[in-house]
Amino acid sequence: MATAAMPAQHESESHGGENFLTCSKGFKSWAFTLDHKRIGLMYLIATMSSMFLGGALALILRAEHLTPGATLPLAKVQNFLGSLIPSWSAIEATPLTNHDVYNQLFTLHGAIMVFLFIIPSIPAALGNFVLPIMLGAKDVAFPRMNLGSFYLWIVGFIFLVTAILTTGLDTGWTFYTPYSTNTTQTSVIAATLGAFILGFSSIFTGLNFIVTIHTMRPPGMTWFRMPLFLWALYATAIIQVLATPVLGITLLMIAAERLLGLGIFDPSMGGDPVLYQHFFWFYSHPAVYIMILPAMGIASELFSTFSRKPIFGYRFIAFSSMAIALLGFLVWGHHMFTSGQSELLTIIFSVLTFSVSIPSAIKVFNWLATMYKGSINLATPMCYALSFMFLFTIGGLTGLFLGALATDIHLHDTYFIVAHFHYTMMGGTLIAFMGGVFYWWPKMTGYMYNEFWGQVSALIVFVAFNLTFIPQFVMGSRGMPRRYYNYLPEFQVYHVLSTIGAFMLGLGLALAAVVLIVSLFTKRKAPANPWGGATLEWQCSSPPPLANFEETPVVGNPYDMQSVVWDAENECFVNRKKEEAPQS
Amino acid sequence: MHDSLFFQVPNSTFAPTVDGLYYFIFWISVFFLTLITSLMIIFVVKYRRVEGVEAQPSPGHNTLLELGWSILPAFLVLIIFGWGFAGYVDMRSPPEEAYEINVTASMWQWNFRYPTGAVSGELHIPAQKPVKLIMQSKDVIHSLFIPAFRVKQDVVPGRYTGVWFEALEPGTFDILCAEYCGQQHSDMLSKVVVHNNDPSKTDLNDDPNFETWLEDASDPIKDNEPLYESGKRITEMLGCVNCHSSDGSKKVGPSFKGSFGTTRNLQGGKTVTVDENYIRQSILDPNSQVAQGFDPKMPSFKGTIKDEWIDAVIAYFKHLKKE
Ligand code: HEM
Ligand SMILES: [Cu+2]
Repeated sequence: MATAAMPAQHESESHGGENFLTCSKGFKSWAFTLDHKRIGLMYLIATMSSMFLGGALALILRAEHLTPGATLPLAKVQNFLGSLIPSWSAIEATPLTNHDVYNQLFTLHGAIMVFLFIIPSIPAALGNFVLPIMLGAKDVAFPRMNLGSFYLWIVGFIFLVTAILTTGLDTGWTFYTPYSTNTTQTSVIAATLGAFILGFSSIFTGLNFIVTIHTMRPPGMTWFRMPLFLWALYATAIIQVLATPVLGITLLMIAAERLLGLGIFDPSMGGDPVLYQHFFWFYSHPAVYIMILPAMGIASELFSTFSRKPIFGYRFIAFSSMAIALLGFLVWGHHMFTSGQSELLTIIFSVLTFSVSIPSAIKVFNWLATMYKGSINLATPMCYALSFMFLFTIGGLTGLFLGALATDIHLHDTYFIVAHFHYTMMGGTLIAFMGGVFYWWPKMTGYMYNEFWGQVSALIVFVAFNLTFIPQFVMGSRGMPRRYYNYLPEFQVYHVLSTIGAFMLGLGLALAAVVLIVSLFTKRKAPANPWGGATLEWQCSSPPPLANFEETPVVGNPYDMQSVVWDAENECFVNRKKEEAPQS
Repeated sequence: MHDSLFFQVPNSTFAPTVDGLYYFIFWISVFFLTLITSLMIIFVVKYRRVEGVEAQPSPGHNTLLELGWSILPAFLVLIIFGWGFAGYVDMRSPPEEAYEINVTASMWQWNFRYPTGAVSGELHIPAQKPVKLIMQSKDVIHSLFIPAFRVKQDVVPGRYTGVWFEALEPGTFDILCAEYCGQQHSDMLSKVVVHNNDPSKTDLNDDPNFETWLEDASDPIKDNEPLYESGKRITEMLGCVNCHSSDGSKKVGPSFKGSFGTTRNLQGGKTVTVDENYIRQSILDPNSQVAQGFDPKMPSFKGTIKDEWIDAVIAYFKHLKKE
């Protein structure tokens, strides 16, 4: 069996000889690249760096909460920045500076994590790399626009981070009016422009993916032969293109309101601050599906590959992605149950919110059924996938407490919300992202990482995550509001537990990063198909050649796991078809 | 009633509904999480990869099963929705006879005004009587949150919002601001004092009933005591003491102690003497003269404080100077 397979294996590697990493060298070859794989890798580095930056801020916030009053000399941060930025040294540090710095830090943490990390993470980093290959295409439809999207991300990053470093933005990532328009002295305009630019970057990616999927499928790649990750990216792209412009306009309105004093949102000029919340959540609720749908797509790939089973209920999963994308546009008002919006609206939004929870539940059951009677390999990506399933289930279930009106009134704007969305966005999206990174890392870099330490990182992250956020549910429903610098002493025990968890979590993620980076130095060569995936990206060599495929690939069922078999001698999976037809 | 893992002691007529629904969803969640996790573990153990053994074939889908696990959860969430809806309708339907109190929120304090003209920085209400708050904000959005009552309502500038509740037991409970409102959001705290309805409790110093408290608060200036005592009472009633100490320590604002007659450096380089007019202006238009080393954070008390009350407060300042 091995001998029959070897030539095929060899062939795909030796053809062309060069891969996309080695085919050209130098800064320019990266800065001006139009290759979706290089752009994907640059996005990967950029988003992961943002994640560690946002994470470091989170640890400062958590450390501050070790005691109810002031814990850290946060005001020193301002003094330190003052020494760097002359305009700051004029600002007098008062006893309240600690509050200000805390408020700036949580704003920076939220804005970085949402706009710079989670939204672009899976689509723009992993999606960019994988989508064309999975589809059997040579690149995305508009490679220049793809590169443009990455540069917009960079510009957006610069705006956002500069805004916060120069004057300290303290509005929270939600920029609620009238605080953001009338009151705060900080640089709301630069920051909203940053978010606006990042929005364009996201739209570019989405548009590119939609067109690519519609027009660049090779012969045989019908809609229902697309891997579920592509369905998920497609559903995501639709939201990106339809919802993000609303955010763009809303942020421009805020800038205009501050500059020109328009009075759209300012009650003292007849405006309506709650209108802003409608605009904001009209984007930001669908945006949570921009974050979670691709994660669900990754989960579908991982459960199938590592169980060596076709995904259970393929069509149900594909359609539930589309259902979530569409229904997701109709539930934004569930963020505003206590805002004073009309009672009727509130009730309608509650019903609709529950309707979105059903397709999410279906997916979890489908993943479970996929594992049934499988051949389950607990490799690192699968460990992350299992961790994802558990954590995301908690995230979704706690959504039920928030969709129900009587309970949401009590829980809104408490730590319960903070815990809920961390279970979905971090336990869901970030964990699936890590699973995806470990899954495609051999494909992207050509190197295998240390399996044992990868699994350990997944375990630490899982335990630490729960330690961090379960106490937040408890203190939230006991009455601890979010975005609090000081807090009542009765909540201290929960805060301390959460802080311990957060530091362990930081260690776990750092370990994961170390495992990946070390693999670049140990240089253990990855085979074309280390996991036994049946989707097309496992057909080309690791790393893929510049044009992805030497010849147009033969498209089959993406979940026909029996089409590849384990080759014990070479420690990789090889095509069964080649084996059966050795004359090729 | 007592507290449970997830809740402090319930103390309003809504609380049992909220807690009941919460625990209902909680146990449903525990059920599904346990189900999913045990299946996950069983599958991982039972079907773990053994070299040379392939996955066993099983159906790629099963319409009956899939419909089943779509419809059963749909049924459950319908119950949850209905329960949450019923509770919400209660929260939004104040009884006609509810006792009305006006609330003004501003960065970063709460102010409560009663039909008799009484004003307070803490909310005082009778037990077992429906109370309705009619709320407005002077600046940004705040949110009145009383965890013991399980109620929360945003307070929005430019419009009135309302909330009602009926407290069960007398006692003192926290009020917090739940909508981020800037620098001292986390210090925008107050208390709700639930008074008993015992007609015999008319001693102000011994757990007075609501009527007694209200009568006293409606006219803080008492004939039978020195004016400065009334002034002290007023600074407590209006919540001045949240930001100003009377022992010389520096809080959000300068201490009251010993300030009368001294010279104060203002932001912008001017100096003033702390005299009757300075105090009056600081109360009515605080940000026109901000002392050096402090932020312009104090809200105006124009409209809430009466002229005679200012006299009393000034008397209190003079008294603190002598002490
Ligand atoms: C079954 C699914 C879910 C339901 C029923 C649900 C329901 C809700 C509700 C009603 C709220 C508003 C609560 C409030 O502010 O009072 C909320 C907040 C939130 N949810 Fe979910 N959710 C679900 C899943 C998700 C997912 C998958 C994500 C993201 C990946 C997510 C992210 C968020 C975020 C970010 C917030 C709070 C935003 C903020 O206030 O800053 N949720 N959820
Ligand atoms: Cu939402």
